[in-house]
Parts: sequence; structure tokens; C-alpha cells
Amino acid sequence: MTTSGTDTGPPRPTGTPPTGAPPAGRGGAGPARRRRSARPDRKAWTFLAPFLAVYLFAMILPIGYAVHQSLLKVERSGPLGLGEPSVAFAGLDNYALALEQTAFLESFGRVLLFGAVQVPVMLLLALVLALLLDQVKDRWAGLLRATYFLPYGVPGVIATLLWGFLYVPGISPVTDLLGKLDVQPDFLGYDNVLWSIANIVVWEFTGYNMLVIVAQLKSIPEELYEAARIDGAGPWETALRIKLPLVRPALVLTCVFSIIGTMQLFAEPLVLKRLAPAVTSDYTPNLSAYFDAFGNANVHLAAAKSVLLAAVAMVLSFTFLSLVNRKRRDGR
Amino acid sequence: MTASPPGGAPRPGRILLVAFLALAACYFLLPVYWLTVAATKSNADLYGSFGLWFDNPRLWHNLTRVFTYNDHIYPRWALNSLLYAGVGALLATLLSAAAGFALAKYRFRGREAVFRCVLAGVLLPSTALALPLYLMFNKLGLTNTYWSVLIPSVVSPFGVYLCRIYAESAISDNLLEAARVDGAREERIFFTLVLRLMTPALVTVFLFQFVHIWNNYFLPLAMLSDDRKYPITLGLVTWKEAADRAPELTQYTVGGAFVSVIPLAVAMLVLQRYWRTGLTEGSVKE
Repeated sequence: MTTSGTDTGPPRPTGTPPTGAPPAGRGGAGPARRRRSARPDRKAWTFLAPFLAVYLFAMILPIGYAVHQSLLKVERSGPLGLGEPSVAFAGLDNYALALEQTAFLESFGRVLLFGAVQVPVMLLLALVLALLLDQVKDRWAGLLRATYFLPYGVPGVIATLLWGFLYVPGISPVTDLLGKLDVQPDFLGYDNVLWSIANIVVWEFTGYNMLVIVAQLKSIPEELYEAARIDGAGPWETALRIKLPLVRPALVLTCVFSIIGTMQLFAEPLVLKRLAPAVTSDYTPNLSAYFDAFGNANVHLAAAKSVLLAAVAMVLSFTFLSLVNRKRRDGR
Repeated sequence: MTASPPGGAPRPGRILLVAFLALAACYFLLPVYWLTVAATKSNADLYGSFGLWFDNPRLWHNLTRVFTYNDHIYPRWALNSLLYAGVGALLATLLSAAAGFALAKYRFRGREAVFRCVLAGVLLPSTALALPLYLMFNKLGLTNTYWSVLIPSVVSPFGVYLCRIYAESAISDNLLEAARVDGAREERIFFTLVLRLMTPALVTVFLFQFVHIWNNYFLPLAMLSDDRKYPITLGLVTWKEAADRAPELTQYTVGGAFVSVIPLAVAMLVLQRYWRTGLTEGSVKE
């Protein structure tokens, strides 16, 4: 499928490998004209070194340190545990403790439910908007596209503050208007708050995902549409039969990023927590780890939860990608 | 929806299309519009008047209060945000360009291994990383410094990925060969030739990383305790949370949010075309 053997995991936005580059074969089967001496390949490490150094320091090392911390615990000696605290090896105790907490497990269930509803809704909306914009005159399409994309530039925390104002009765014009229609929505109530958060996330990221799909649409050669038109296909048929299959790579990419994003839901519930008592301190896995570290001062348990969360998120996105890849192979 | 005959869509379909697109625009603009209106109101009017229309507008008065409150802390937060996002994104772009170029244009042992590491980094949830980063930086005594937010912001595996894809198709081997034959050193080739050829991708990487850092909340929240080092996001939340005790802070939160959202909104509109060229560029340029 791909020349560089990267189809095991990466969210390759393009279905086709770029053709400009030679295949990554190591057999030296390149054109004879290319002299080996003229390719100072060892210089590659000079270019890679700065990135790799920070990557190691700020991504790999912290994970290693977190794993290490997650295997430790604080022990207090002496009667009643009043003696000097000391750090001791705990094995997998912290993981066992995390997995015994019903609230922590429920938080995973909650973000999974959230993702199962929010991600399809958001991507469907993004897809529909992208396809519809294709039917509009260029000038209007550009303006609308920018409008839809605008929320992406609003930080999640500020978006949550804004929607928070729109959710709270008394200050919100939305509840004011609905109140006149005799509807009293309780956006921050126990059953609704999860979907109120979902609305914030949809608002923030639909435009971004739409833009990724639009970019893929633009890369479809004109001739294809021309051919479809000659065959008598209307706009709806063109959209469903031609555009939809061709934007698949973009959908896969946006889906993977959305899954990762959902798993790490943090800022939105944390900010809404003040307004909605239904948002507990272990509402999402990330929130739970945060409050263990800063609220309960149990960094070892927090580290274990962070490691679990990162692992689950990676397993989910890898599983999704390999499912997609397998389906594609089966389809051929 | 029914399929329309070729040559001109039927009227009802057209009306429905426009209505849907307009409705979507209203949805995406609603909070920003509310913010614009709310920023002009007094604290009392915020609660006492209809939220979607102006009432005794006094934007200038509000904004001066936002900027001067608590010894001009708001402009300071704005500068911090600019520093974190601007410098962080610039360095991230440069590092990504160098790494992406190396992965695309050199053949060396371990290339695929490095690329796989990068991809794993793309899939790693960044806020799940914030806590581990805090634990390690705390051990090293780096927390509550500018570095604690800047250093992690400089890493962008996704940027490396984009740069590699782009460099593969945008930089021809023949061109590099020619430059080498002319006796140019690799570093010189990179800084004069490669960076220029990769500009569209670099703009995209910069914008992505800028917004990513600007929007990041967990990392500064965990790292910083001195509120004079806060970025805007963190600062505004502390205002909102303190509004229980000092009600005027509600208005300051609204005003502060307004000031921070408008420049970015304008930037989004102006720079829109650069976002478009990013993700699928590799397949377009053949």
C-alpha cells in the first residue's frame, strides 16, 4: 500500500503516498547516477538532534518518570502511622487501587459514552457542512467557512466560560428566550451537563474538522466531477457516490484526533464544575488524576491514572486505525 | 432529499441549503456575538438586561478597568500568552522543519524507527502528558518558571509528520544534488533553500502549534503558581472563580475574554487559507 511501510499506525491524511520521494528501499537500488558520496546522509542526525533532544526530555522521560512514580507509594512507619513518611516500592498497588475505584472506572465509561455520541455528531455535521459549502458560490463559501472555523481559535477554557454564561439562568439570553416559550431547560442539571459539555466541544471543533474535509475535497481533480456531470449525476449523487468515498482519509484522520481529544477531556468539565454540582472531581479520567495529584496530594496514584489514561487512548486510536486499514484491504 | 435534475438545483432545495448554512453560522457565532454585547455592559446590566442586545454600552470604560485591575495584571497575562505561544510555536516549527526534512530526504539507519516514535507521539494525548511533566519538572525544580511551559511547547510530533510529508513532495532530490554540486554545505542548504521551499507547510505548523499552546490549559495550570506568569486562559478562570467574592470580576472576565478572542478571531479569518493548505498537501502536490 505505502512505500515507506507506515501503514501500521499513522493517521496518514492521504490515501496515496506522495510520489515525489523515492521508495525507502535500503538495497541501494536507486538510479546509478546518484553517487553515494554526494548524499551526506549522516548529516541527518544533526537535523534530527534538536527535535529528538526535546522530544526525549519533554515526552519520553516524563512518561518514564510517571511510570516509575506510579510504582511507588508513601508509607508511614510507627504507631498509628504517625512516624516519618517514606517512599517505598508498591508494585502494582496504585494501579489496583485506581481500578478498584468505581468512580474512576465510571469516568472512563462516561468519556466513552460521550465520545460515542459526540464524535459522530460532530463529524457528521462537519461532513455535511463541507459538502454543502461545495454547492455555494465561492465568495459566500469562503465567508461561511471562516465563520464555522472561528471557534477553533477560542481556547477551550474561554469557550466553556462563554457557554457557561449561556447555560446559567438569569444571565443567559437562551434560557430567557426559552422561558418565554414556557420551556425551562436545565443545561447544568445532573442528566444534561454531559451533553452541555458535548455541545461546547462540538462548537469548538466542528469547523476545524470541516476544514480538513474541505481540504481533501479540493484535492479531488476537476475531471472527476466533469465525468460525473456528463454521466448525468446530480449534485446529491455526486456528493454521495464520488465525494464521500474520496474524503474517507480525512474522516479517518479527524476521527482519530477526536477519539484522542475525547479521552483527555479536562478543561471543559473543570471549568463547568463551579457551575454544575453534577460534575464531580472524578468526572473524567484526567480530572480524577488531577485532583489526586493536587487535591489529595497522592502523586503516585495520580501517576498511575495518567499512565492508564495514556495507554487506553493509544490502544483505542491504534485499534481504530488498524480496523480501518483492515477494512480497506478487505475492500480491495 | 431528492436528487435534483442536472442543470440548476430546484428552488426548495436551494432555500433549504441556504437556511441550513445560515443556521449553522448563527450557532457558531452566537457565543461570540453574546460576548461582544456583554463586553459593553455594566455588571448589573449583564444580569438585568436581555443578553442579545445592547443596553447602556460603555465598552471603553469596561476595558480600561480590565486592563488596570490588580496592577495591570491583564496585559501581563496577554504578553505571557504571546510569549508562550509565539516563541514556543516558532521554535517548534524550526525543530519540526529540520526533523521532517531529515526524515524525508536522507537515507540512514534508524530512520523508520525514529519516524515511528514521532507517530507514537502524535497519538499520545497531550493533556495526559501534563501531569507526568509536572511530576518530573517538580523533581527538577523547574515548576513555576517560564521554562516549565515553554519547553514542552516546543515539541510537535504532528509538525514533524506534516513537514516530512510536505518535504517528500515539495523538495526535489535533483535540486539538493545541484546545491551540493555547487559546494553548499547541508546546513546552508537547509537554511537558504529548504526552509523557503517548505514555507506553506511551516506556516501551517506554526499556526497549529500557536493555537495549541494558546489554548492549552492543563499544562500551565499544573506548572504555574505565580499568577504573574499565567497565560490569559488561566488568569480569566481565576477571575471567574473569584467572582463569588468580588462580583465586578464577572464583568472583567467577560471583558478579558472579549479582548483575547477578537484578535484570534480576526487572525482565523485572515489566515484561513493557510489552514486549508496544511493537512492534505502531501497528496495534492504530486
